[in-house]
Amino acid sequence: MEHIISLFFRSIFVDNMIFAFFLGMCSFLAVSKNVKTSLGLGLAVTFVLLVTVPVDYLLQTKVLGPDCLIQGVDLSYLSFILFIAVIAGIVQLVEMVVEKYSPSLYSALGIFLPLIAVNCAIMGASLFMQQRINLDPSNTQYIGNVWDSIAYAFGSGLGWTLAIVLMGAIREKMQYCDVPKPLRGLGITFITVGLMALAMMCFSGLKI
Amino acid sequence: MALFSKQNREALLTPLNQNNPIAVQVLGICSSLAVTSQLKPAIVMGLAVTIITAFSNVIISAIRKTIPMRIRIIVQLVVVAALVTIVSQILKAYSYDVSVQLSVYVGLIITNCILMGRLEAFAMQNSPWPSFLDGIGNGLGYAFILVLVGAVREFLGRGSLLGFQIIPQGAYDAGYFNNGMMTMPAMALILLGCVIWVHRAYFYKEEK
Repeated sequence: MEHIISLFFRSIFVDNMIFAFFLGMCSFLAVSKNVKTSLGLGLAVTFVLLVTVPVDYLLQTKVLGPDCLIQGVDLSYLSFILFIAVIAGIVQLVEMVVEKYSPSLYSALGIFLPLIAVNCAIMGASLFMQQRINLDPSNTQYIGNVWDSIAYAFGSGLGWTLAIVLMGAIREKMQYCDVPKPLRGLGITFITVGLMALAMMCFSGLKI
Repeated sequence: MALFSKQNREALLTPLNQNNPIAVQVLGICSSLAVTSQLKPAIVMGLAVTIITAFSNVIISAIRKTIPMRIRIIVQLVVVAALVTIVSQILKAYSYDVSVQLSVYVGLIITNCILMGRLEAFAMQNSPWPSFLDGIGNGLGYAFILVLVGAVREFLGRGSLLGFQIIPQGAYDAGYFNNGMMTMPAMALILLGCVIWVHRAYFYKEEK
């Protein structure tokens, strides 16, 4: 239990997807123009992470790992293809379910849902999960069972949401600032994210 | 059918400066930041992305007429994932230390927006040869920014380039210090922001 809580908080603050690993930067930069859409995309990403990472965890440990299907065969080189297929499939499924049962949420998320399939945060979380299975169990980043992978996915998703909402709020205010012309838009956004990442580094000694 | 007609030359050369994938099209930010703390992984990553972009462009443009529109994203993802798997296996076999350094970011080439962006915008409408040149051009434009940021970070952060010490020991004895900040993730963002600033300042002037 203790391990799960520590894993959860570490993946929000210390191993933050945006500020420590730059995952999901493309949609982060494109969508964070205001708080409302940022929040919508953040929640959608969290949800897809929550579904895909545990599924990929089970695939990795039950199907792809060494000696799983056939004795003496390690299929983990297939993980890229399988993971991306799972992600694309689940995003499609989520899209259909949401469209059927909650049309209002579907129209609120709009174009963001299908775009999540190519969001590096999802693929990145699955690949990090694959690495962390091989860590030492005493490591705080170790993922040893499905619950760990769920805690990791939820924490990463919330961390990503936190980052994009903060960025959206800053960019809303920044519209009134007098930024040098060539720096406007992308350039100043990068520098702001850099400064935010510096600020987030103060969490790196966090111990729970 | 000249191999290097005017359009083909344009497809190859404009992504290097005027239409740079990172600075202007804002594609493929995620992986560009994380691998640039030293020069060597930055070069390897740039080359890997160039090769994969070029060949996935060729493959997709060769089969573009047979892909059903509705499932084209999944087809593209599978082609890219297969190529990335090959590259990652080659890296593991021939330069294991670099592949450890790049860790999950090799796998993340799959969700690199440069690939999907170029496949959608160029390879789906053009024949294989221009698509190949477009892939090479965009890959090299991406590699160029990576190498630039990687060189600055390694030089200021460690005083070396490609692992060779550039700043002499005498300078350290006289009170020079490496800037440890440069090796941290936050500085990659700020440096990239500055690169974009300079790039835009230069090319905006030309447009007028």
